[in-house]
Amino acid sequence: MTLRILQSHVDAIVAQSIAEYPDECCGVILGPIGSDKPIRHKPMINAAASPTFYEFDSKDLLNLYREIDDLDEEIVVVYHSHTETQAYPSRTDIAYASEPGAHYVLVSTRKEIAPENEFRSYRIIDGVVTEEPVQIISEF
Amino acid sequence: MSKAIIEVRIPTILRPYTKNEKAVSAYGSSLSELISDLDAKFPGLGERLLENGELRRFINIYINDEDVRFMGGLSATLKAGDSVTILPAVAGGCN
Repeated sequence: MTLRILQSHVDAIVAQSIAEYPDECCGVILGPIGSDKPIRHKPMINAAASPTFYEFDSKDLLNLYREIDDLDEEIVVVYHSHTETQAYPSRTDIAYASEPGAHYVLVSTRKEIAPENEFRSYRIIDGVVTEEPVQIISEF
Repeated sequence: MSKAIIEVRIPTILRPYTKNEKAVSAYGSSLSELISDLDAKFPGLGERLLENGELRRFINIYINDEDVRFMGGLSATLKAGDSVTILPAVAGGCN
């Protein structure tokens, strides 16, 4: 499985991770059900406002699911930033991962590594992490 | 008091318990009773919602528009026509 993602979305996520540093940033990219195409970027507020944890606000979460239900969309990408560690799912990330169909994207803002090397995508299913290639495209 | 019938929306990750149904019906005049009834109908589902008798940290449950954590948790009351939504938290971190 490869994540195909728009350059504009990659740029926006990297910019968000820098803007919200030192806190972790988070969000989703939505797409039509079954399409595997991340089309609609929706940055979310990190309700934990923390450098080491992120969590969607519970009301935002409910509104998000209602919205995508109405629009026949699903969460294609769930992303968040790691501020000082590598872009690899932590034990916490794995424990919380609950969308078996989603691409889990990690972006790291740690300074010693160029952002383009630290935008990575994973499947997390039943506690098993599998990294997948990321193909950045200009349009679908 | 007769028990209220409640529509419960099930997230993707828990649909293996409900034969892939997105919404199911269950009875309960409190959230606790509702979860017991769900577990009786769909064995194993209760354990995915509760841990040591408390709501699991990474599962959010809403009655209509309100997170049950602000409504007394498991003792939150239900009435006919209420809608319950179960959603997994979207959360994580670097530790």
